[in-house]
Amino acid sequence: MKKHVNKRNLRTSIGLHTLLTALSVLWMLPVFWLLLSSFRKEPGAYTPYLWPKGFTFDNYTRLFTDTRLFNFPRWFMNTLFVAICCCVLTTILTLMVAYVYSRLRFKSRKAIMNISLILGMFPGFMSMIAIYHFMKAIGLDQTLLALILVYSGGAALNYYIAKGFFDTIPKALDEAATLDGASKNTIFWRIILPNSKPIVVNTAINAFIAPWVDFIFVSVIMKDNYNNYTVAKGLYTMVDKANIYHYYTVFCAGSVIVAIPIVLLFIRLQKYYVAGVTGGATKG
Amino acid sequence: MKQLLIGMRQGDIWVKGSCLVMGLGCIRRKQIVKGLLYLAAEGMFFLFFFGFGWKYLQHFLTLGENAQKRIWNESLQIYQRVPGDNSMLILLFSVLTVAMIVLFVYLWLLNLKSAVHVYHLEKEEKHIPSFCEDLRSLLDERFHLTLLSVPMTTLLLFTVLPIIFMILIAFTNFDANHQPPGNLFTWTGLQNVTDIFLGNATKTHTFTGILGWTMVWAVFATFTNYIFGMLLAIIINHKLVRLKKMWRTWFMIPIAIPQFVSLLLVSRALEPTGAINVALMELGWIDTPLPFLTDVTLSRIVVIVVNMWIGIPYTMMTFSGVLMNVPEELYESAAIDGAGPVRKFINITLPYMIFVTAPATITTFVGNINNFNVIYLLTAGGPASLDYYQAGKTDLLVTWLYKLTVDQHDYALASTIGIFIFMIVSVCSLTVYNRTGAVKKEDMFQ
Repeated sequence: MKKHVNKRNLRTSIGLHTLLTALSVLWMLPVFWLLLSSFRKEPGAYTPYLWPKGFTFDNYTRLFTDTRLFNFPRWFMNTLFVAICCCVLTTILTLMVAYVYSRLRFKSRKAIMNISLILGMFPGFMSMIAIYHFMKAIGLDQTLLALILVYSGGAALNYYIAKGFFDTIPKALDEAATLDGASKNTIFWRIILPNSKPIVVNTAINAFIAPWVDFIFVSVIMKDNYNNYTVAKGLYTMVDKANIYHYYTVFCAGSVIVAIPIVLLFIRLQKYYVAGVTGGATKG
Repeated sequence: MKQLLIGMRQGDIWVKGSCLVMGLGCIRRKQIVKGLLYLAAEGMFFLFFFGFGWKYLQHFLTLGENAQKRIWNESLQIYQRVPGDNSMLILLFSVLTVAMIVLFVYLWLLNLKSAVHVYHLEKEEKHIPSFCEDLRSLLDERFHLTLLSVPMTTLLLFTVLPIIFMILIAFTNFDANHQPPGNLFTWTGLQNVTDIFLGNATKTHTFTGILGWTMVWAVFATFTNYIFGMLLAIIINHKLVRLKKMWRTWFMIPIAIPQFVSLLLVSRALEPTGAINVALMELGWIDTPLPFLTDVTLSRIVVIVVNMWIGIPYTMMTFSGVLMNVPEELYESAAIDGAGPVRKFINITLPYMIFVTAPATITTFVGNINNFNVIYLLTAGGPASLDYYQAGKTDLLVTWLYKLTVDQHDYALASTIGIFIFMIVSVCSLTVYNRTGAVKKEDMFQ
């Protein structure tokens, strides 16, 4: 009897592992294709064959040396600067708002929370033209500062996950601290924040990634100011109709360079991701 | 409000004077810094209003009448530009000015309130808080004011005002033919809404067509991901599968790559000369390239399938989290009742997973209605269609909105669509919030 079960287990196990291997190969194919194209010697987006005729490291060196038309190093530094600023700013704003809604009780709290909820339902693109003209009016169009403000300005709307987390920290801790004479300010810094490391990391990583992957708001705000592009918009420009033949493989190389840190951060994020999505359902 | 009126009537000349000169009541009762701050706010508001705001607000009803002109200058023998009104700036700064007025009225009421308050404190010979004590309360009882001030200011400037502006745009004729300062636009009432629903045959056809496809897309995109993501999670979490973490990470890598890279790459590979057609031809399965991006039905299937590639790992992660957290008691009691693995799965695991992920699923559904990246990067809404107004057959409402805004400068129509998207999204979301009741039970775990 036991032998029979073992045999069946073995067969299921082999079946499952084969299936998983097949699926993950399928999933990784485009990634592999990206790597392959980034090392391809021949230019052009389309080749009438699959395996490259020659391999080279040139696409990567071109990215950093051939800066006349596409200044990748500069874009990289732009993005890094914007990402760091957004990371700090968004994290602070989000946590502040989340703490207020989770712990402080005041008259207009419910109303403000409902309004935030409603505001979040408007499609973000709808207002991008207004934002551009507003930035232009205050002399900030085509600057990195405008980009930072746009990315971090709406932080007050994305408090749900952090608030959900703060809600699970026992209120008894606050009450004990209040008895000891701590103000709400002290409670925020000494009790809530030290107990919320996962959510701080989560918010920070998300805020850090956003500028690397957005190409819409950059297009609207920077227009044709190539020097202030971020990597996303810059790389996106490399594959428009006029440039794609000469720059496709360079685009792939640039994408690999951008993707590596993001993939690493994302994998770090995955355990919080699970907690974040389901946390909302069970913890409220 | 009523109390405030009574307090005003009873108050002395300083309280009544606060109506005109803000902060007077506070200054009289030795809250000098606070009073001066009120006074400064009043001064700044009037400077702003008469120096800047009024210039635009006075044209709000017409949105400007004199367009920029070019006049032949006889003496210099050239055309000279004569600056005129700019409808867009008039509208933008009118919104800003109205927001400032609202803010000012709020401050003015606050000022009266504190004037009445300190008046009573003095009369009852109670302690009047000093400025330092007020500041300290901002870190404690009124800490919410301190924390919310900055986030709310940025929210107001970069989210609320632009949204109000764009909602107003929906009631104008701000399109490619009415671009200020050369051509002014003006109020047209509900013209855009009637255009979409009754007046303009092409726009009506486009709107209903795109709305229909948006819904079909959202349903398919959500449920393919849901079902296959659940299956994948079950496989990976099967007790016989080794290296669970490695498999999960493996599936996460493709979705961690920025979408403008991964989807753009897939889109190029799907073109007639792209890698997928080349591969299929090398295998000898097809002779001529398949029209992945130019055939209506095929392109619609393609976006749904590629979306599975992007979406399944997310649902897989969600379900993995849920699977690991199924309450153990449920299984134990089922085992006592003599349930086998299949029964356990159907009666416990499955219902639990569906129950827990329900809110997340509807959020995903809403996210798919607005799934800009997948559509825009893969097909750019194409194949373009002549019987559609500036749209293609895989366009969603949100990509149509984007195209109208960026390519066509048809802001008025785009805003109208934006409002419509908002309505769909809010109806969906409100159903969820009422159903889950998570909002009501927020104190439960504290």
